[in-house]
Order: sequence, then structure tokens, then C-alpha cells
Amino acid sequence: MTITVFAFYLFALTAVAAGLMVVLSRNPVHSVLFLILTFFSAAGLFVLMGAEFVAMLLVIVYVGAVAVLFLFVVMMLDVDFAELKDGLAQYMPVGLLVGIILLMELGLVFGHWIIADGAPALRQAVAPMPEDTHNTVALGNLIYTKYIYLFQTSGLILLVAMIGAIVLTLRHRPDIKRQNVLEQMYRDPAKTMQLKDVKPGQGL
Amino acid sequence: MIAADLSTVLPELLLAIYAMAALMWGVYLGKDTQARTILWATVGVLFVLAVFVGFAPEGTRTAFGGMFTNDGFGRFAKVVILLGAAIMLALSEDYLTRNDLMKFEFPILIALAVLGMMMMVSAGDLMALYMGLELQSLALYVVASFRRDSLRSTEAGLKYFVLGALSSGLLLYGASLTYGYTGTTTFAGITSVLESEDMSLGLLFGIVFMCCGLAFKVSAAPFHMWTPDVYEGSPTPVTGFFATAPKVAAMALFARLLHDGFGAAVSDWQQILAFLALVSMFLGAIAAIGQRNIKRLMAFSSIGHMGFALMGLAAGTVEGVQAMLIYMAIYVAMNIGVFAFILNMEKDGRPVMDIGSLGLYSRVEPARAAMLAVLMFSLAGVPPLVGFFGKFYVLMAAVDAGLTWLAVAGVVASVIGAFYYLRIIYLMYFGEPADALDGKMPVVHFAALSASAFVMVFGIINLFGVEDIAAAAAATLLQ
Amino acid sequence: MNDLLMEYLPILVFLGVAIGLGLVLLLAAVVVAVRNPDPEKISAYECGFNAFDDARMKFDVRFYLVSILFIIFDLEVAFLFPWAASFQYIGDLGFWSMMVFLGVLTIGFAYEWKKGALEWE
Repeated sequence: MTITVFAFYLFALTAVAAGLMVVLSRNPVHSVLFLILTFFSAAGLFVLMGAEFVAMLLVIVYVGAVAVLFLFVVMMLDVDFAELKDGLAQYMPVGLLVGIILLMELGLVFGHWIIADGAPALRQAVAPMPEDTHNTVALGNLIYTKYIYLFQTSGLILLVAMIGAIVLTLRHRPDIKRQNVLEQMYRDPAKTMQLKDVKPGQGL
Repeated sequence: MIAADLSTVLPELLLAIYAMAALMWGVYLGKDTQARTILWATVGVLFVLAVFVGFAPEGTRTAFGGMFTNDGFGRFAKVVILLGAAIMLALSEDYLTRNDLMKFEFPILIALAVLGMMMMVSAGDLMALYMGLELQSLALYVVASFRRDSLRSTEAGLKYFVLGALSSGLLLYGASLTYGYTGTTTFAGITSVLESEDMSLGLLFGIVFMCCGLAFKVSAAPFHMWTPDVYEGSPTPVTGFFATAPKVAAMALFARLLHDGFGAAVSDWQQILAFLALVSMFLGAIAAIGQRNIKRLMAFSSIGHMGFALMGLAAGTVEGVQAMLIYMAIYVAMNIGVFAFILNMEKDGRPVMDIGSLGLYSRVEPARAAMLAVLMFSLAGVPPLVGFFGKFYVLMAAVDAGLTWLAVAGVVASVIGAFYYLRIIYLMYFGEPADALDGKMPVVHFAALSASAFVMVFGIINLFGVEDIAAAAAATLLQ
Repeated sequence: MNDLLMEYLPILVFLGVAIGLGLVLLLAAVVVAVRNPDPEKISAYECGFNAFDDARMKFDVRFYLVSILFIIFDLEVAFLFPWAASFQYIGDLGFWSMMVFLGVLTIGFAYEWKKGALEWE
């Protein structure tokens, strides 16, 4: 057994086990931590396939950001998760049935897995992968030119996400004084202070 | 090269630029005080684009290496989408203002959703399909929970989001199986592989998963669970929007995927579609009977109607696609009228969604009641109204394709479904008198309602020529 | 085994050592440490009285907004990396493609800023 095979089984088993624990663990915070472990294992699997960039993306974006957001959400929800899981037993049979059917389908697909004779050639035609090109460079060569349409669409999707997050969550508190930087900067010191000559006994 | 590509996607490009410009306009020039102006500007832009796309030169052009297909089929769907979205947006103005939801982001999100739909119907590649779908869905999740202080609305948005994400997952999984077998994501490539080689089990499962994912999006049974809750919880103009443009887009995407991508394997997906159609028609017909809430009722109605449209697709022929396009166009036209009415179902300024409140409505507002009655007859598919012709074309296509059993089932389902449409008419004319609804109807709504009813009655002469246009459009999909 | 994976071998070794060391320390604590629990010892300590309620409480939704905006920018920045790596091969189209992408990002950013989503209040 080479190290590669060992590493594959290590990551694959960890991914499956951690994925299971995400669903099964009682404490939602533990679920999130197991989710992070799943992401890590998946990143390991991507590295084994030679997709370094995707692996690093998984670590940076998913582990670094998405999982933290999940933690926020779990903290924020303030839900009694034990109560939520009460329904689990009720839906378990149906869920298991769907799961088993899916598993059987996958087994069938896996057992008979063939690829079309023309497939390797077609795959090569889109993404030629010369030996000396780095994975990230090869990706960059495709995304920005050949897949420019998808690239720009993803920019728009992120824009929609941004608008959506703000529309749905941003609330302004009217009772709070805000700092207006420009107003501060343009404030003329000559006009801010007035010297009054107060005569004795008269006041202003 | 890039210039030619850009000119092919010009309508989409313009819409994207407009959406961003409007965003800047709104946020820099007074935030929500500009909302009304931006809304009407968006309506105008959508109309102009509909005209622009509608009168674009004939012919099929592709861009970005086959990722984007601008053909007659896509243009037909886009015109229906743009017009439907524009009218629903125009109808939403009054409601948004009165319910304090008038934010300038609303029309912009709708515009971006429409952009996603246009990308969907023009997709020539599995990746492009997915990107368009996500752009559309993400914007729709947000507008579903647009009334963020209402528990129902946020629930609707969340449900839509979670189930939509699940369906996207199914779709992606199917796409990855397809890619695994064929080694390409372009529809043209998939077709070429399918023509030269046999179907494999992996690819078959890929098709099944993608059909499941798209069935979610068109809300076909058994993937319809989200529809009633989302329809009920969303703000009413959003519900109306959901019932029109996104349905057309998802349906057109379905047709595009099945015919452009898997056109060489009709027999393999035909039974899936037939099953979806059968279950949707019956579920839509039977489950709606118990509904008292008109928005939920329209949700089940939409499930049933999607079943009929899917029947056209299940035929797998040019006639089938033509029938589907005609059906969707008619469906959008009917829904515009119905939602123009529902938007004004109010009592003392509060929306009333219970159908019991329509009791003897014909005495209160005879004109509106008569027009709604026409629309209900048409939705039920009662001859000789236009709604009947929609069903007729679909049934003809199914029979011609040898799916007689499905057509018979469709007739039975439409007879069952007619019950609840007719019950609304019965309530309005002979029902128990209820507290009269007193919602005032703005001119725009009245115009939409009467135009919709007018189309249902006078469209029977020649369907306003939609038949020939749809035939030409369908032919371009299956050359 | 190919060169790429060879480069990652130290990381695998590092992972192995980290997991091993962590397990050893945990197990050592279980095996060696003296444990003599009683209810008072293992109850949550809150300044001498029993805990009032659950430690979990509602977060301000603004934390969520900040983090989701962060994720969005994080994702956009992730696109910059392959762009930089392949910059010499992708020519003018690649360059302007990224500029347009960044333009869309900037529009989002301007919206965010002007809307006041970045202010804490």
C-alpha cells in the first residue's frame, strides 16, 4: 500500500465519519466542528487528485469563513436543538428509505461505471493539461478567457448575494448619532468658535 | 471574437448594466425615495428589452464557445419572461407602497432574477445552465422573504432557499454524472456522444437527477412541497411573480436541457417526464380542493398547470415543445389577471386571502367578478376560452406521441381540477354573502385584469398568432 | 508517486504528528490524571451561584451581516489568485475580464458602503 492510497483512505474515511457525526452529534457546535473536519478531509482528497487550488480554496473559504459563519448562525439561532431533534425518530424511516434508495442507485452506477469512448478526447479538448503547467495556472488559463461568461455571471451572483444580505438583515437605528467624516473635514475652524465681547453686567 | 459574443448576449448585457446602474442610482440619489422611479424604470427596461428580443433577427447564434445559444426558442421564452416580469413588477408598485415595502432593491433584484432567467433559457452548457439558475434562484430567495418583519415571509424565503439548495445539489450531481460519462458539459458535445454511443447507466442516472432538480424548480410533483408555503408566505406581488416568469424560465430550461442536451435519448427521459406530468396534474387537482387560502390554491393550481406543460415536454416532439410554449404563454397571461385581482383582495386595508370572502362578490363589484370568472373558467380549461386551447394543444401533442394514456389522465385531472376553479365562481355568484371586500383597484391592476380577461375571450380567434410563433420557436430547438 | 504529492508529503507527516501528539496528550490525561469528581466539582461555575440560563444567547444579526459580506469578498478575492498565477498567458481578454469582475465587485462595495452596512453604529 503506497502512501497515496493510505492517504486516500485516511481522508475518505475521515470525511465520511465526520460527515456522519455532523448529522448525529447532539451539540450543534460539535456539528460545526465536525463539518470543518469534513472540509479538511475533502481538501486532502482534492490534493490527492492534483486539484491544489480547489483544496486551498476549501480550506480558506469553507473552513476559514463559511464554517465560522455557521458557528455564528448556530450561536445566533438560540434554538433548543434537542427539541428540534425530537422529530428525528418520526422521519427516520422515510429518510432512511430515501438514503438506501440513493445508495443503491449509486451502487448500481458505480458497479456499471463506464465512460463513453469519446469522453477522454472531449475532456482533453476543453482542458488540456500539459505536464509542466501548474494546476492553478491551468485553471487561470481557462476561467478568465474561455469561461469568461461564467466568470462574469459568478460576479453577478456574488452581487446578488451582497444585495440580498443587506436587504434582509441591515437595520438602521434612527436613534444613534453617526460620524460624518466629510462634514468634520470641511468644518471651518474660523466659524466654529465665536468670540463675544461680553460687557460686564449685561450678559448676552 | 469577443465583440461578436457580446453582440449575441446584448440584451442580457444591457440588463446587467442597467441593474448595476440602477443600484448606484438608488443608493447615491436618495435611497428609497427613488424606489418608485427605479421600479418604473425597470418596468420600462424590461418592456424595451422584450421588444428588442422579440424583433431581433431570425436565426441561431451561439456565443462563448457554445455556452450561450440565442435561437428562436430562447427568444420566445425570453419575450414571455420579460413581459410577464414587467407586468408583475408594474402591478406590485401599489402593494409595495401600501405595505411599506417599497425599497429600491426590489426592482433591481427582480431585474437580476430576470437576467438569470434569460441566461437559463439560452444555456448551451451545463455550467451556464447552473449559473443562470443560481442567479435567478438567489434573487428569488431574497424577494420571497422581502417582508422581513413577517414570520411567514421569512419562513417562505428560508424554505425556498433550503429546498432550492437541495434541488441545486441534485442538479449538480446529475450534471457531474453526465460529465463523467460524456466528458463534456456542452449540450452539443453531449448530443454528439449520445448519437455515436449507447446510453450508460451512469448517464441515465445523471438525467434522472437533473430532471429531479429541475422538477423542483418548476414545482412539479413529487418535488412540489415548497410551493404552497412559499406562495402563501411571500408578499403577494412576489407570489404573482413566482407564478409567471420563473415558471416559464424553468420550463424552457427543462426543454432546452432535454432536447438540446439529451435530444438523442428521448425514449430514456420520456417516461420520467410522463410520470412527473401525471403526478403533478393529479396532485394539483386534488390537493387544491381543500384549500381556503387563495394563494395556496394558486400554488396547487400552478402545480397542476406545470403537469400539463410537462405533458407537452413528455411528448418529445416539435409539437410537444410548441404546445408547452403556448401553454406557458397562456398560463402567464391568465396568472397576470388573477394576481391583479388577488392583490386587491382587501378588507379595511388588510389583505384577505380566504376564498370565503368572495361570497356574492358579483353584487359588490360585478365587473371585477365577471372578469375573474372568465379567468377561472379559462384556468379550468373550459371551452371555448383560451385556457382550453392550451390544454388542447398539449393533449394533442401527447396523443400524437403515443402517450394516449397520459392524455386521458390529463382530461380526468382537469375535470377534477375544474371543481375548485368553478367553486370560486360559484361563491362569487351564488355563495353565502360575506363581509364585502372593499379593496380599491388601481388603474394599472384593472387594466391588467381586463386585458387578461379580454385575451382569454378574444384569443380564441387565432390566439393572437402565438401558435405560429411558438411553432417556429419549437422548430429551432429541434432542428 | 508524482512530484506534486511529494511536495505535500511533509504536510501529511505533520498532520500525522499533530494527530498523534494530540491523541497521546488526551489519552495521557485520561490514564494518568487523578480524577475524583463530585456533583459540585463538575457543575458549571458561575461566581458561586447556579447558572441562570443557557450559555447560548442571541447574537446581534449584524455579526452575521459582517461575516457574510466577508465571505463574499473572500470568494471574489479567491478568483484573483489563479488570475495572478496565469497572468502572463491570458492576454488582454483575461486582464479586462478581471477588471470587469472587479468593477462589479466595486459596485457592490460602493452600494454596501453608501448603504451603511459597514458602519457598526
